[in-house]
Amino acid sequence: MAGSTLEIKNLHVSIEDKEILKGVDLTIKGGEFHAIMGPNGTGKSTLASAIMGHPKYEVTEGSILLDGEDVLEMEVDERARAGLFLAMQYPSEISGVTTSDFLRSSMNARRGEGNEISLMNFIKEMDNVLDYLEIDKNMAQRYLNEGFSGGEKKRNEILQLMLLKPEIAILDEIDSGLDIDALKIVSKGINKLRDENFGCLIITHYQRLLNYITPDFVHVMMQGRVVKSGGPELAKRLESEGYEWIKEELGIEDHTVEQNA
Amino acid sequence: MTVETKLPYNKEYIEQFSKERNEPQWMLDLRLQALNKAEDLELPKPDKTKIGKWNFTEFKHTAKGEEITSLQDLPVELQEYLDENNLPENLLIQRNHSVAHSTLSKELEDKGVIFTDIFTALQQHGDLVQRYYMKDAVSVDEHRLTAMHAALMNGGVFVYIPKNVVVEAPLQAIFWQEDPELSMFNHVLVVAEQGSSVTYVENYISHNENESTVANIVTEVIAQDNAKVSFGAVDNFAAGTTAYNNRRGVAYRDATIEWALGQMNDGNTVSENITHLVGENSLSNAKTVSVGRGKQTQNFTAKIVHFGKNSEGYILQHGVMKEGATSIFNGIGKIEHGASKSNAEQESRVLMLSEKARGDANPILLIDEDDVTAGHAASVGRVDPLQLYYLMSRGITQEEAERLIIHGFLAPVVNQLPIEAVKNQLTQVIERKVY
Repeated sequence: MAGSTLEIKNLHVSIEDKEILKGVDLTIKGGEFHAIMGPNGTGKSTLASAIMGHPKYEVTEGSILLDGEDVLEMEVDERARAGLFLAMQYPSEISGVTTSDFLRSSMNARRGEGNEISLMNFIKEMDNVLDYLEIDKNMAQRYLNEGFSGGEKKRNEILQLMLLKPEIAILDEIDSGLDIDALKIVSKGINKLRDENFGCLIITHYQRLLNYITPDFVHVMMQGRVVKSGGPELAKRLESEGYEWIKEELGIEDHTVEQNA
Repeated sequence: MTVETKLPYNKEYIEQFSKERNEPQWMLDLRLQALNKAEDLELPKPDKTKIGKWNFTEFKHTAKGEEITSLQDLPVELQEYLDENNLPENLLIQRNHSVAHSTLSKELEDKGVIFTDIFTALQQHGDLVQRYYMKDAVSVDEHRLTAMHAALMNGGVFVYIPKNVVVEAPLQAIFWQEDPELSMFNHVLVVAEQGSSVTYVENYISHNENESTVANIVTEVIAQDNAKVSFGAVDNFAAGTTAYNNRRGVAYRDATIEWALGQMNDGNTVSENITHLVGENSLSNAKTVSVGRGKQTQNFTAKIVHFGKNSEGYILQHGVMKEGATSIFNGIGKIEHGASKSNAEQESRVLMLSEKARGDANPILLIDEDDVTAGHAASVGRVDPLQLYYLMSRGITQEEAERLIIHGFLAPVVNQLPIEAVKNQLTQVIERKVY
C-alpha cells in the first residue's frame, strides 16, 4: 500500500467546555487531496488544530489514527515525527531564533538522531526550495516569522512543508490574505508534492484556491460535522451558488456554532 | 536586624596578612580603618531582597594555588573559558590566591601597560594604585560589605593603560576559586588614561556545590578623558558561594565604558553595576545576561548616573529563571541637575521557565533636569505555550523547543556583546546551565 492513512472517527472536540466538533468522520489516504469548505465558525480550523494537538483543544470523544496508531496518545512533536504536518493559519513569531536554525532543527527532528542532515546539504536543499517559492534568501536569517508580512508567513509554512516532506499535511486557510501571484506560487509548491505517498487536507473558505490545486474530494462542514462530500464539481457549485442550497437540502437553520450555543 | 556583627578576622590577623605581602603602609592603614568601620556599618539593602541571613562571614580567608606550567595542559575546570587554539596573549590566571600564570606581550609592556596581580601592583606601582584605590568609584564606608572588602582584600588585578595607548588584543583575567571553602575578596582596578583604550575580560569560577564560602568583589573602572574601556565578564561561582559583586565605572569627558556581563552564579548573589558619567559627552552601555536556577536568590542592579552634559546611558538586561530561582532586576537611570541633553534608556526582560521561578523587573528613572530624554521598557513573562506548540508541531521535542526559545530570548543581548571572547564563553555557559 502506498502512503499513509489518517482516519478520523466520530471526533468530538471542545474548547473551554464548548463543543465545536460534534462527530467528524474523515479518511485521508496517501495520494489523495481533500478539501474542506464551509462557512466561518463551523469547526474547520478546530479540526486541523485537534489533529495536530493544539493545547487549547480538548478531544472529548472519538479517535484519530495514523496507519492504525493512536494519534491522540501522542505528544505534538511525536505526531509530527509520525508524519503529520499542519500549515498554520496564525504561525507564532519566535524572536531570536533564525528561520534557518529552526528549519534545520525541524528537519533533524524528523530524520532522527544519527541521521542529521549535513550543513552543506541543508543549505543546498533550503536554497532550492526558497528559489522555487520565490522567497528572498534573507528570510532564512531573519527571526522566525518576526515582522513577516501575512504572505511571507504563508510562504514560510509551505517552505517548511516542502522541506519536511510529511506523509499527511493539513493546510489551514493557507490562501487567506494572499494576492493572486502569491497564491499561484504557494499552489505550485503544494502541487509539486503530489504523489502517491502524500496525502493532503486543504481547509479553505474560497473555491479560488481550488482553481490551482484540484482536490480529489470536497467536503462541506457545518455545525461541527461533515454534512456533504463529493468531487471537485461540489466546490464549483458552492462557488456559484453558496451554501444556502445545502442548508435547505439538509434542513439546517443556523450554521454557526455561536448561534447554536 | 544585624544578625552577626563579630567579624571572623581581627586586627592582628590583618596586620600579619599585610606584612607577609610587604604592603605599603597606606594599604595597611586603609585595611585597619575599614575593619573598624565594618564592625559598625550595616549590610547593604538591595531593593526587594532580604540578605540579612546570607552568609557573608563564614569562609577560609586565604590559600595558595599551584602554578599552571603549560596552557596546553589546562585544568579541565578552565577549559570552557579559554580556547586552546586561540590562547590570549595577555592572560593572568589567579588560582586560589596565587598567580598561576601571567603573560603580557612585550609590545604592551614597552608601551607602559600594566597588567599584574594586585599585590605586585601595590609593591611596584604603589602610588598609582593609591591614587585610585577605593577613592573615585567605590568608597570603603558605603556599607558593611565594602568595608569588609577593604579590610580583607586578598586578590585581584591592576590594569593601567597609559595616555593615548590603544590596546587591540583583550586582556583576560581568570579568577579560579579552586579551594571549595576559600573566599574571594578580589579587587580589580582598571585605569585608562586620556585617549587610551582597552578591552578587559574576566571570569570567576568555582565548583563548591556544598561547601559554603563568600565572594566579596569590588571592581573599579576609571576612564579618563576620551578613553574607552570595554569590560566583559562571566561570573560563574557555584551554589556554595554567596557573592557580592560591585562593579563600578567612572567616565570623564568624552569617555566610554562598555559593560558586557554574564551573571551566571549558582549561589545567592547581589550584583551591582553602576557607572557615573561624570564628564560631558561620556557614554556607557551596560548589557547583562543572567540565568538563575536551583533555589538561589539574586538581586541585580544596573545603574547609570548622569552628571555630565550630553551624556548617554543605555541599560539592557535579559534574565532567564528556571526551577526555584528568584531574581530582582533593578534598572536605574539617574540624571542629575545640570546634565542637560542627556539620554537615559533602559530595557529589562525576564523569562520564567517554571511555576516556582520568580522574576521581577524594576525600571526606575530619576530625573532632576528638564532638557533630557529618557525611556524604559520592562517585561516579565513565561514561555508562551503557543510558541512551544508551533515548534513542536515540526517534530522538535519540548526540551529542544524550550532551548530554542531561551536562546532566542537571550540572543538579542548575547549578539550585541562587543567582545567576541565573552560571547563565546557565555554561549557555552548558558548551554550548560539552561538544559
